[in-house]
Amino acid sequence: MRIIYHLIVKELKQLMRDKRMRFLALAAPMIQLAVLGYAATTDVKSVPMVVCDGDRSSASRDFVSRFTNSGYFAVEDTVDSPNEIDRHIERGNAWLALVIPPSFSADVLARRTVKVQLIADGSDANSSNIAIGYATQIVNNYSQEILLEMLEKTPMASKPARVIPRVRVWYNESLTSRNFMVPGVVVLVLMIVTLTLTSMAVVREKEIGTMEQLLVTPIKPYQLILGKLIPYTLVGMVDVTFVLVISAYWFNVPIRGSVFLIYGMSCLFILNTLGIGLFISTIAQTQQQAMMIAQFGFFIPFMYFSGFIFPIENMPHAFQYVTYLIPLRYFLEIIRNIFLKGAGMDTLWPDALGLVVLGVTVLSVAILRFNKKLG
Amino acid sequence: MPGFSLKNITRRIKPIIVKEFRQVRRDRVSLFILLLLPTFLMLVIGYALNFDVKHITLAVYDNDRSSASREFIRGFGNSGYFDMAGYARSNREIDAMLESGVARAAIVIPADFSKNLLADRDVAVQVVMDGTNSNTATSALGYINTIIQTYSAGIRAKFMARKGIEMYVPIDLRPKVWYNPELASAKFLIPGFIGFILMLSAVVSTALSVVREKEQGTMEQLAVSPLETMEILIGKTVPYLIIALISSALVLLMGFFLFNVGVRGELAWLYVGIVVFLLAALGQGLLISSFARTQQVAFMMAILSSVLPTFLLSGLVFPIRSMPWLLQMLSNITPTKFFIVVIRGVMLKGLGPEAFWRELLYMLIFAIVTLAIAARKIMAQRMAA
Repeated sequence: MRIIYHLIVKELKQLMRDKRMRFLALAAPMIQLAVLGYAATTDVKSVPMVVCDGDRSSASRDFVSRFTNSGYFAVEDTVDSPNEIDRHIERGNAWLALVIPPSFSADVLARRTVKVQLIADGSDANSSNIAIGYATQIVNNYSQEILLEMLEKTPMASKPARVIPRVRVWYNESLTSRNFMVPGVVVLVLMIVTLTLTSMAVVREKEIGTMEQLLVTPIKPYQLILGKLIPYTLVGMVDVTFVLVISAYWFNVPIRGSVFLIYGMSCLFILNTLGIGLFISTIAQTQQQAMMIAQFGFFIPFMYFSGFIFPIENMPHAFQYVTYLIPLRYFLEIIRNIFLKGAGMDTLWPDALGLVVLGVTVLSVAILRFNKKLG
Repeated sequence: MPGFSLKNITRRIKPIIVKEFRQVRRDRVSLFILLLLPTFLMLVIGYALNFDVKHITLAVYDNDRSSASREFIRGFGNSGYFDMAGYARSNREIDAMLESGVARAAIVIPADFSKNLLADRDVAVQVVMDGTNSNTATSALGYINTIIQTYSAGIRAKFMARKGIEMYVPIDLRPKVWYNPELASAKFLIPGFIGFILMLSAVVSTALSVVREKEQGTMEQLAVSPLETMEILIGKTVPYLIIALISSALVLLMGFFLFNVGVRGELAWLYVGIVVFLLAALGQGLLISSFARTQQVAFMMAILSSVLPTFLLSGLVFPIRSMPWLLQMLSNITPTKFFIVVIRGVMLKGLGPEAFWRELLYMLIFAIVTLAIAARKIMAQRMAA
């Protein structure tokens, strides 16, 4: 035990001695979360729009105001001819263009169908898709109003019935993407800190030649491994505390479940990142290789395929099985459910089990390889 | 000064470039990672990722069980957006299905659904939505609204036919999507992803280069050699610039052949953009390397200053316009933001430099500033060593 204790102290001292490292391991995660919590938003608000109103009547102005009053659209400019739209969309000044024909008010009065054109910049497919959806709903409502007005003018005993949706949203009542993304960023930051530190921890000793020194001492391999892993777990836990405080008090993301459960699950997750880090340490010859393997082999696939942004349900069916190999997938599910749904172990155990199985596997493989290298 | 003639400089830089190249070639692992992993990752990303919201699991609690309510429910199944998660027999079952995540959305139809509709009375249908993922939930709610509106329109049409009033659609909205008519996610993601990959490769390959020499003590050897600091920098960046160019060509070819994302504009301007962007990215990497004292610190700085900002602040996935003002300003720290404007402009919109010269200029300034600061730092460190 004493040996492990001394190794831990040595590793922590080494880590904290460097002013820059101290900052990166402890302060940077908070700054990252504070910035990225604002950045990671898929909300589509005030979509820039150009209007080409060929009619310029009070009816067409009323129609345009439906767009601006909805809060989803902001009119950047009004143009006189449809040709001027190109310039705006090419430059990206506007994502949408609304072309109202000169006959708009006359047609509406005469109860003829008016063709209104909507031009969308498809180069940002996600935002355009959402914006077109909003526009369609606004136009549908407007159409409906015209029809109902017409019916009111015709004397009748009854009106056509409507089905009215009464919508209730659970867990994230205001549908703010921050509530969904901030727990995800917490997970990402925790992964980055623990994985970067461990993946280089062992290679560094190899590269600067202190590995031989450690090997001639009576330290056993398991003591060496624990001495490397425990300090980084501690750093990880401190980071978890920081980022939880920021999520709750700065971003006001609700933490409905148990905070202790978050710590427990974070430990299971760190088991995975430390295992992966140690594993990278055993295959990399230099710290640069370790960095490349960590980044291209783990960070990027994890960020893209874990459901952090891109929902797993939307991936091709066969590929969805591949995502079961990504520990981040389970941890994201767990953290989001604890934060927003207040979930407990009764619903989270399958994901927790996934973390344990993956973590134990990768850690054993890493330790076996590590021992073989030493032997 | 004879040392500054062009011939002299090339004569002296060549050996460093050759040395660095040899080092890379000997290091098979790094070469493999830098050349092939980006291409492979893009293959998987193009294949697996999209923003389309489909297969939303829907639970239904039908209190009416009439032919009208069944027709109403069919509207959801037929839309292609929803998968039936099951029929509940109580409100409690609905709650349980949402809590366990078996269903993301639920619809509760009241017992008097068909009776009220027959009597020309409005009916309220309850929609419950799991809002955890606000992005999919927003789209799903949009679909639900449209399906219900369509159903109401059908009722209205029948009603008007009964009364002998002619039915018509007052406003017919014709959406036309430019550049990417089918709104394919791949077209949106691939150009941005090229920027992401180039940034990471460039920073990864340079961030450790100088600090490694510091850590291993070879900085002293460089210090005594007669090389100019600038020459060392050029020697350290050129090999990686070439590797990154090859890798970007591979990625472009794959985007074209596998995902049908071609280059609409001039290929030459695309490469001008890529080279300027790579210089900026290499500058950022060298800057990190000159500041860090250990490789661990450099790695951490590289990840925190390149991976996350490029992923989240560059407009790669999240629209910059939706961010708060302060963050929109802050997003300028990553050159990828500007590169994405250039590459989407050339690849998808077929634009020329008149549309994006500002972005090119910004990246160029970024490259010059970072390289200059890095050079000064490294010069000072060589003096000290």
